[in-house]
Amino acid sequence: MLTIVLPILLFAALVLALIGAIRRMNMWRRGRPAKVDLLGGLLAMPKRYMVDLHHVVARDKYMANTHVATAGGFVLAAVLAILVHGLGLHNRILGYALLFATALMFVGALFVFKRRLNPPSRLSKGPWMRLPKSLLAFSVSFFILTLPVAGLLPEGFGGWVLAAILAVGVLWGVSELFFGMTWGGPMNHAFAGALHLAWHRRAERFGGGRSTGLKPLDLNDRAAPLGVEKPEDFTWNQLLGFDACVQCGKCEAACPAFAAGQPLNPKKLIQDMVVGLAGGTDAHFAGSPYPGKPIGEHGGNPHQPIVNGLVDADTLWSCTTCRACVEECPMMIEHVDAIVDMRRFLTLEKGATPNNGAQVLDNLIATDNPGGFAPGGRMNWAADLNLDLMRDKPSVDVLFWVGDGAFDMRNQRTLRAFVKVLKAARINFAVLGLEERDSGDVARRLGDEATFQALATRNIQTLAQYRFTRIVTCDPHSFHVLKNEYGAFGGDYLVQHHSTYMAELIDAGLLNLAADTGGSVTYHDPCYLGRYNGEYEAPRAVLRALGIEVKEMQRSGFRSRCCGGGGGAPITDIPGKQRIPDMRMDDIRETGAERVAVGCPQCTVMLEGVVEPRPLIKDIAELVAEALIEDAPSTRSTRREAPEVIA
Amino acid sequence: MSIATVALVSIGAHPASGRARRAEQDARAVELGLELAGDNLHVLHAGNPHEPALRAYLGMGLDELHVLEQPDGADVVPVLRDYIREAGVQLVLTGSQAETGEGSGMLPYLLAEQLGWPLLVGVAQIESIHSGVAQVLQALPRGQRRRLQVRLPFVITVDNAAPKARQSAYGPATRGLINADVVEVTVDELSTTGVLQPAKPRPKRLKVIKAKSAADRMKAATAKAAGGSGQVLKGVSAEEGAQAILKLLIEEGVVR
Repeated sequence: MLTIVLPILLFAALVLALIGAIRRMNMWRRGRPAKVDLLGGLLAMPKRYMVDLHHVVARDKYMANTHVATAGGFVLAAVLAILVHGLGLHNRILGYALLFATALMFVGALFVFKRRLNPPSRLSKGPWMRLPKSLLAFSVSFFILTLPVAGLLPEGFGGWVLAAILAVGVLWGVSELFFGMTWGGPMNHAFAGALHLAWHRRAERFGGGRSTGLKPLDLNDRAAPLGVEKPEDFTWNQLLGFDACVQCGKCEAACPAFAAGQPLNPKKLIQDMVVGLAGGTDAHFAGSPYPGKPIGEHGGNPHQPIVNGLVDADTLWSCTTCRACVEECPMMIEHVDAIVDMRRFLTLEKGATPNNGAQVLDNLIATDNPGGFAPGGRMNWAADLNLDLMRDKPSVDVLFWVGDGAFDMRNQRTLRAFVKVLKAARINFAVLGLEERDSGDVARRLGDEATFQALATRNIQTLAQYRFTRIVTCDPHSFHVLKNEYGAFGGDYLVQHHSTYMAELIDAGLLNLAADTGGSVTYHDPCYLGRYNGEYEAPRAVLRALGIEVKEMQRSGFRSRCCGGGGGAPITDIPGKQRIPDMRMDDIRETGAERVAVGCPQCTVMLEGVVEPRPLIKDIAELVAEALIEDAPSTRSTRREAPEVIA
Repeated sequence: MSIATVALVSIGAHPASGRARRAEQDARAVELGLELAGDNLHVLHAGNPHEPALRAYLGMGLDELHVLEQPDGADVVPVLRDYIREAGVQLVLTGSQAETGEGSGMLPYLLAEQLGWPLLVGVAQIESIHSGVAQVLQALPRGQRRRLQVRLPFVITVDNAAPKARQSAYGPATRGLINADVVEVTVDELSTTGVLQPAKPRPKRLKVIKAKSAADRMKAATAKAAGGSGQVLKGVSAEEGAQAILKLLIEEGVVR
C-alpha cells in the first residue's frame, strides 16, 4: 500500500512546494527593480552558504553543528527519499545512504529539540516550537520506511498499522519540510535564505569583504520614490532578504535600543516587513514585541504606508545604526539599510524627523554644522596652535579632517591632543579650516539624503582643489562617510582613523613614548570604526605601545555595544526604560578599569554624560599625547626655520 | 469655513551664518495659516522668484507659492496692497519683522493702513472664526495672553509666541510650483537714496536687582507692567469713549 501512497505524497508535496515558490517569488517581485547578477549570484550561492554564512553561524558552535547535521541530513535525505520512495529505486546502497542521512538528521533534530525545551527569550516560539517535532517525524518515518529497502527488515513488516502510522509521519514531515518551505512556514528560511544569499544587495560582503556604506538615492530621478513609504518601495531583493529571517533573535540580543527598552526589536521589524510583503497583521508573531508595544495591533500590506500601519515611527527612530544586528545576523539581512530607507521617506517627504531632528537639519543646511554655530568659529579651538591651512599649503602628507568636534569643548581637548601628537612626529599636515563642512553623517542617518549629498558634493569639491596623501580624522563617523560613502559621488581618498595612523607612527618609531601610568584601561570599540570598518586592532596596538594591557569588556570587538550616540539617536531621543550609555558604562565598570579609552567624539560625549562616579573617559589621542616625551624646545625652533628644505 | 487667507513670506537670513533661509517668523505665519486654512492657504512673496530659499516654504507642504516679481530696493507695499485687494483676501498673516532688507517691521502697519484694515500684532493663536468674527489670542510679555474679537478682514503678525513652523521637507520643496507675476515696480525712495551705516550697539542699562528673596524675584519677573498716568472713563457712552480715544491718538500723533 505504501508503495502507492508514498510517491503520491512526495510528489504532491513537491508540486505544492513549486506552486508556493512561484507565489512567494511574485510577492518579492512587488518590490522595485534592483541591479543583481542573477545567474552569477546563483552560482556563487553554495559557496556563500558554506563559507560566509557558516562563518557567522559558527560563532555559536552548538547551533552550527546542530544545523550542519539537521540541514545536511535533510537535504541528503530529501534527495534520496525522492529517488528511493518517490521513483521506487529500491537499491540497497541508496537505502543505506538514506538510512545514514535520516539518522544524521535525527541526531541534529534531537539537538534542535533539546534547545527548544527551554528556549532563550530571543527565539521565536509559535510554529517554531513545532519544527523540531516535524524534523523528528520526517527523519524517523523515512528511517523506518527505508529499513526494508536496505534489507534490514522484511517487506511488509508491522502490517497496516505501522504503514498507517508511517504514512501520517511522512505526511507531517513533507508538509512542513517540502511545501511548508514555500508557503511561509518556519522552513521558509531555507528557500528564501538560499535565494537571498544568491541575490544579496551587498554581494561585496561575501568572501571576507565589507560593505557598510549606505546606498545613495538618485535625487535627479524625479520618478523614483524618496525612500520607502510602502513595502513595495523596497527593492525586490530587500523584500527577499526580509523573508529569509530565521527569527533566531541574535539581532534582538545585540540591539542596544531593545536592551534599553526603546520600542525597537530588529527581529520584529524584519518580521513586520514580511507581514508587509505578504499582507496581514502581526498577531501571529511569536517572539518578543517592541518594548512597550503589544502585539496584534499592527498590520499592513504591500501597497499601504508602513509607518502608522505596520510600524510606528518611534521604532524607526530608536535605531542607533550601530549595525550590531547586521553583524550578528546569520542570514546577513541588512536591517540598517531598511531603517534608513524608511527614515528617508519620513524626512524627505513627510518632514517628520522627531524632536530636535528638524532643527539639526536646518542647522546643517544653514551653517554646515549640526549645532547651528557660526561657521566662522570652526577653527577657534586651534587659535593658538598655528595650524597650516590647506589653502596656504596645497600639498601635504596628511589632511587632518577636524570634524564637528571642533565646536564641542570636550572634543577640542581630543583634537588638541592629536595635533600635539602630529607635531611631535613632525608630520607635514594641514587642515581645511573654514572650508571644512560637516561630513553629512548625521543628516544621512536621519534620512536627509538631500542635505547629505549637498554637503558631500561641496566637501568633495573642496578636497579636489588640494593634494594630500591621506585624510586622517579623530571622528569615526566622518571617517566612515569619507571612506565609504563619498566614493559614490566621486570622492575616493585614502582615509584613516587617528588610531590607525598613530599605530603606524608608533610602528615607524616616529613617536617617543613613555609608559602610561594612569591606571588600568578598558577600550570601547566605536561602531563606525569597528563594525563599519573592521578596525579593532590598531587602537589596541596603540594602547599596547603605551604599556597598557586592555581589560577587555565582555562585549568588545565586533560585539561591542553602542554608546547610544550613532544614527542621530541623541537627536531623535526616543524614550526607553534606561539610557544606552548607562548600560555601556555598566559594561565598562564590570571590567574594574579606572579609565576607558575611546576613539570617537560621539562615544566621548555619550559616556561622559553618565553620572559620576564612573571611570574616566579618555580619547586614545589624549592618552598618547600624555605619554609623549617631547624634544627640547631648541630642536623645535631650528626645524621651524627650515621648512623649505623638507618640502 | 473657507476664508481667503494669505501668508506673506520673505527671505530670511540665518543669524549665525547669514545664509538665506525661510524667515523664522514668516514660517510661523505659514504654519498658522496651514492650521487654519489647510490646502487653501495662499502664500505670497514679493521679490525674486528664483531665490532657492523660497522652496523651504514649499517644503512645508504647499503645492504652490505666488511671487510678485520685484527687484531689490523696490517698495513692496503697493503691489501687496493691490494684490490683496483684487484677490478678495480676508485674512493676511505675516511675521513681525523681516530678517533681511530694511527689516524695519513697518510693512504690516503700512499695509494695514493702506488697506484700511485692523492689524493685530504678536498673535499666538487664532481660536475660531464664526460668521466673519474671529476670536484671537494675542501674546503679551511674560507669557500673558489677551483674547480679542475682530471682524474680518484684518492683518495679523506673528512672533515667537506663535506655534513653531513645521519641518520643511525636501520632496514637496522640489515639487512645489513657484508662480511669478510681473507687476509694477515702485522704487522705494527711502531705502535707495538713504545712506546705510552699521548700527551702534546701545549701552546696556545696568540691572539692579533689589529683590532679597526668590519669591521677590519671582514677583518681579511675573508682575504686570505698572501702568503710568492714565485716565479712567466710567459711565460714558460709546461715542464719548471713542471721542476720548481719538483725541488721545491725535495728541500722541498716532492718527494724523
